[in-house]
Amino acid sequence: MGAPGPGGRFGEFGGRFVPESLVAACAEVEEAFKEAWDDPLFHRELDGILADYGGRPTPLTECHRLSVKLGVNVLLKREDLAHTGSHKLNNVIGQALLTKRMGKQRMIAETGAGQHGVATATAAALMGLECAVFMGDVDMKRQELNVYRMELLGAEVHRVSSGSRTLKDAVNEAMREWVASVGTTHYCLGSVMGPHPFPYMVRELQRVVGDESREQYRRLRGGADPDVVVACVGGGSNAAGTFAGFVETDARLVGVEAAGGAAIARGIPGVLHGMHSRLLQDEEGQILEAHSISAGLDYPGIGPEHAHLAAMGRATYEQADDGEVLSAFRLLAEYEGIIPALESAHALAWVVREAGRAIPAGSSVLVTLSGRGDKDVAQVRALIGGA
Amino acid sequence: MKVGPLPEGRTEPPTLDAGSSRLEAVLRARLNGGSKLLVPYIMGGMSHDWLEVAHAAVASGADALEVGIPFSDPMMDGPVIQEAALAALRRGTTLAGVLDDLARAGIGVPIVIMSYYNPILRAGHRRSAGMLAGAGVAGALIPDLPLEELGPWAREADRAGIDTVLMVAPSTVGRRVGAITARARGFVYAVARMGVTGERASLGSDATDVVERVREASDLPVCVGIGISTPAQAIEASRAADGVVVGSALVRRVLDGGGAEAAASFVGSLRAAIDRI
Repeated sequence: MGAPGPGGRFGEFGGRFVPESLVAACAEVEEAFKEAWDDPLFHRELDGILADYGGRPTPLTECHRLSVKLGVNVLLKREDLAHTGSHKLNNVIGQALLTKRMGKQRMIAETGAGQHGVATATAAALMGLECAVFMGDVDMKRQELNVYRMELLGAEVHRVSSGSRTLKDAVNEAMREWVASVGTTHYCLGSVMGPHPFPYMVRELQRVVGDESREQYRRLRGGADPDVVVACVGGGSNAAGTFAGFVETDARLVGVEAAGGAAIARGIPGVLHGMHSRLLQDEEGQILEAHSISAGLDYPGIGPEHAHLAAMGRATYEQADDGEVLSAFRLLAEYEGIIPALESAHALAWVVREAGRAIPAGSSVLVTLSGRGDKDVAQVRALIGGA
Repeated sequence: MKVGPLPEGRTEPPTLDAGSSRLEAVLRARLNGGSKLLVPYIMGGMSHDWLEVAHAAVASGADALEVGIPFSDPMMDGPVIQEAALAALRRGTTLAGVLDDLARAGIGVPIVIMSYYNPILRAGHRRSAGMLAGAGVAGALIPDLPLEELGPWAREADRAGIDTVLMVAPSTVGRRVGAITARARGFVYAVARMGVTGERASLGSDATDVVERVREASDLPVCVGIGISTPAQAIEASRAADGVVVGSALVRRVLDGGGAEAAASFVGSLRAAIDRI
């Protein structure tokens, strides 16, 4: 997973489909990121913050009881233990440093489940930047606590009431705000999506997840690599970062989409949010709404590099439905004492379903646990009942 | 639906020189007659009477008409055009449906379709361009298709005789201005301000600069759009430019239920204003 081709293309996917008003801003981010990524001082600063403030490296945890139950050896990359509770911090610390490098004072972000919004608000507070987060009305209702967390961190949260009132509409509104404020404001996109250079930049900022996992696994297993590497996919940032660490190995790479938002399985190539990728759309080219129990995976598209990896056959993309996800959520809590984010529970749900089937018994499976589930506890309680 | 006869398998599409653009020829004739250009925007299918609104706009002095194709995710549009798009989609509006209506309506001025890229891409470049040509449409403006990504569409548009109108923004500087105007057909859309469509209290200080940059690079007609809401702003914008595009201010009047009458009155007031220059 190297740099994209000319124009930000991953095979036929990617590109930069933005209004003329935003072309210069995307080019500025591309140039600034290229310079920063080639600068050892930038890496030193980024790595320092991720270690001393973010809690990296995150552990690789072997799931002893779950492995016995499933008959496959399950290890979790614990992004839930990073500061703010998910892998999102890796990306936003990098983009916050870049914001300052570009001489801008403000970051805006979209958020679905709220994890990227919380992470952006956190990075903004850390670095003394202003922050505004756009969040769909539906998501604000199901993730009330994250809304309050963002406000505590000093961010303005803007309610988005257009369209499906979820993540896709939050991206539209953030893009609209960016056009109007681009001189002072950086759009801190939360996933490996959007116009070039965002899919590439966010994957590079997340590759720490995959690079750490590979080295930790090799230390643990005498230099071997896992048989299967699994991550959940909405836009696909934790999966892209994870896969980046294993694409050169023999590991089988599996992304797990929400069944109600499966852009690889049911999407058709199209253009949305500045990128050419696979999208849920009707025959008129109108974008369809995704439906999932998890706000973070409620997105009708997927990052263009995932569409490319799927087309190349280097990664496969599977689905988990809401019921399987709730079961996996409980299973991890009961067997390992870890409450996963509903997003991450999609990756686990596929492993639970396919252990001994698509995953041969005795295989080693590395799962990126992209976030912790505290934010989802109230929703799960309402869905499945309990004390 | 009529789809224009297009020769298949031709590898080297003919490129039209500026002189063969129908849209440009009509606009130039108006300019040579001493008029400034007035290009109102209406969302196709936004209401049952949208074609009456279109006719009223033309009868009240429009030199060309921009017709929007509704899209679920209009990234470049503010609340008014978003609402119009939603209303149109709820009425079951499609690209083919709008084009059928326009083909039958006999609008007396050139029509420029404004569509986001995905509906065009979904129908196919060649098929879309053929559908537009078959409906008698003169041009197309695709706001999320910048110069770098334009090729596959523009080849088919040229081949079908559809003028691709391009935008120059306040953030467009240096050689890029000339590169855009060299590929633009019909007229150049000068973006008056950094922002999405919608009514504004003032014209914005960028408009004149953008027009001047376009003038240095190109002889094509230049129309200013984004945020022009009042006759006074239309006068201010068309002093330096050849004309104005007015969208949200007109569409809001239709959304408010004013119908063809309100449209005629508003477009007439814009016409009277720019005719005083």
